[in-house]
Amino acid sequence: MKISVRNSAPRRATGELMGVALLALLILIVLPLGLDGFRLNMVGKYLTYAFVALGLVLCWGSAGILSLGQGIFFGLGGYCMAMFLKLEASSPEATKIQSTPGIPDFMDWNQLTELPWFWEPFHSLPFTLLAVVAVPSLLAFIVGLAMFKRRVGGVYFAIITQAFAAILTILIVGQQGYTGGINGITDLRTLNGWDIRTDGAKQVLYFVNAALLIGAVLLCLFVRHSKLGRILVALRDKEDRVRFSGYDVANFKIFVFCFAAALSAVGGAMFTLQVGFMSPSFVGIVPSIEMVIYCAVGGRLSLLGAVYGTLLVNWAKTLLSESFPELWLFAMGALFIGVVMVFPNGLAGLYQQYVAPRLARLFPRAVPRVGEVIPPPTAAE
Amino acid sequence: MSSDKTRGGLKSQFRRNLLLGMAALPALSLLPRGALAQATSAVNTTNLAVTDSTVKVGILHSTTGTMAISETGSVEAEKLAIKQINDMGGVLGRKIEVIQEDGASDWPTFAEKSRKLLVEDKVAAVFGCWTSASRKAVLPVFEQYNGMLYYPTFYEGLEQSKNVIYTGQEATQQILAGLDWVSKEKGAKSFFLIGSDYIWPRTSNKIARKHIEKNGQKVVGEEYFPLGHTQFNSVINKIKLTKPDVIYASVVGGSNVAFYKQLKAAGINLSKQTLMTISVTEDEMLGIGGENIAGAYACMKYFQSLDNPNNKAFVEAFKAMWGADSVIGDVTQAAYLGPWLWKATVEKAGSFDVDKIAAASDGIEFKGAPEGYVRIHPNHHLWSKTRVGRARMDGQFDVVFETADLIEPDPFPKGYQ
Repeated sequence: MKISVRNSAPRRATGELMGVALLALLILIVLPLGLDGFRLNMVGKYLTYAFVALGLVLCWGSAGILSLGQGIFFGLGGYCMAMFLKLEASSPEATKIQSTPGIPDFMDWNQLTELPWFWEPFHSLPFTLLAVVAVPSLLAFIVGLAMFKRRVGGVYFAIITQAFAAILTILIVGQQGYTGGINGITDLRTLNGWDIRTDGAKQVLYFVNAALLIGAVLLCLFVRHSKLGRILVALRDKEDRVRFSGYDVANFKIFVFCFAAALSAVGGAMFTLQVGFMSPSFVGIVPSIEMVIYCAVGGRLSLLGAVYGTLLVNWAKTLLSESFPELWLFAMGALFIGVVMVFPNGLAGLYQQYVAPRLARLFPRAVPRVGEVIPPPTAAE
Repeated sequence: MSSDKTRGGLKSQFRRNLLLGMAALPALSLLPRGALAQATSAVNTTNLAVTDSTVKVGILHSTTGTMAISETGSVEAEKLAIKQINDMGGVLGRKIEVIQEDGASDWPTFAEKSRKLLVEDKVAAVFGCWTSASRKAVLPVFEQYNGMLYYPTFYEGLEQSKNVIYTGQEATQQILAGLDWVSKEKGAKSFFLIGSDYIWPRTSNKIARKHIEKNGQKVVGEEYFPLGHTQFNSVINKIKLTKPDVIYASVVGGSNVAFYKQLKAAGINLSKQTLMTISVTEDEMLGIGGENIAGAYACMKYFQSLDNPNNKAFVEAFKAMWGADSVIGDVTQAAYLGPWLWKATVEKAGSFDVDKIAAASDGIEFKGAPEGYVRIHPNHHLWSKTRVGRARMDGQFDVVFETADLIEPDPFPKGYQ
């Protein structure tokens, strides 16, 4: 608590903006210049997970709501986008080899003879873009309404979100005629006639994605510094006190949960565009927990930390699995144990503890602060 | 690099030329055996990872995750084939170097790693993938970057690509002959179809059902269960009620263990009740246990117990390299074919270029295949025989039937869709 009091708000805001500027410099200029197309596309993929991590910083870090089901929203956003792309790739000419031309290939394999009704609206790009954000937000709203109005929270909420992730995976895998099943929706080609598979398109998508991410960071900063953000922190630390002060706690929780869901969904849609397919392996429990780990490695209280954490974990995952195909999972396990045991506040915590004070001594005036690290009281953990 | 430096230190142009000439002498002795190894610039016009002495290929299977248990055999078979090819002098005089990547039983990882192999490593060919889902995930990558994939698993068909050679059987090859055999041999009139719920069992059963109905027989039940499902009691009750002549099973992976144990526990004796599976190879038998499945029939193209000289040599070499306890299933054998077929194609094409290999694949033969002679069809699948084996207690199969001729691959079967 004391840290936030000691730093005057305007100065902290400038520090954070400088941090964002550094991040923008890194992902918009340094990485594109330093990496070839293939590696850049991979970084683009990692950055889509960073949307989820940002949502978690607000939801879990600020408001203390741990969701182990963010994969649901990432996946739904991705699936909405994939449905549009798949329909575009399934023109009657492109699918004339099928028994029923004009429907996605996996439907044909599953003996469907016409497009299901809920696929129809995804012929339209504007509808799809709306659905990418709206469908996951709506689901989050319903779940949030059902849970938070009944004052379900903490561990129980985490477990329920996990159950939802499992349910959705089973639903998608089971209804393979409608969803592509375990294979997912593959072989996506064009977006409104624009071939997304070319190297040029991948580069454009990378920059769109990076710019969206910077926008998302700024939006999250705005939310955090608004009165709303302070209420979120307050209800994390002493929910009853906020309630007795006359706030409807549930509404704030529902908002932040929906907000995190919408962010994840944008990440999911960008993922589909950059990787070229979507499958249930992004929806279930394991990817959802992995996403929480990205956030934890970065430091769950720091927005920028979450982005760096996501980049670091995925980078390590790729490098380790390339160098040691047989051993890399053990190395990843060791990394996660290390994070929890040695630096529980993640990268941002390390920065605050070791780097920031030294920088402050060296440059007393112009120190960018990477996020604010306010350790929550132990009771909330 | 180092040879450049020493040359730079030589004093006169004459001495340099003389030395170069002497260095070329040993190459002359190769001439009678069929020309010099062709210049790299001639056999590789598309900037693949081919040097004067080596060529890089990729192996892309899951060595971690749920599929590792199935895919390990394929990795071993591919490495064995590559080792044998290298011992024989390699491909176009170049040793094969392997870059192995782990797909981690995760389809997006397969896509990422295949992109890495093709874009970063520029491998000349990739041997890999196992599940249909992983193949579907990498297929657009191979088509976009014009790579060559040798895919070993028996699969559902409905696919054909310039960039893939399918060394396993497509569904009609595996299914039709087996159904005909069981109809004739067992006088089967009614079938109960049971499978795991994904594309391969569903497509296979669709083909099986059409064929069964065409022959005037009956399907009395068709049930699917999610991957990893372990409760088969309800379907076993249905089987008992409908009393089918044949249980036709395409349950995959770990579910198999539960399925066969529960069948046995329910008192269904596989020496009396005919069961035909298209998904249990020697690998799965390890988990199921011979005592739970002995008497069942499996229908595929290869069994470890096949009695021919090629197979004896293959099994011996495999065990020498990977241990005497190893078992070899249908897919493992198909994976072994990949490097050999690629080598033969490259040599026919006289080039590593993917376009030329894709064009030259048609008609490539491999006489040394453990399953017997195979040949690549213009549709990039293999002509192969189909066999029926009867499961023994010791985890092996007795081969009880083999088609007389090679069966033509037909990935888009008319009348079965």
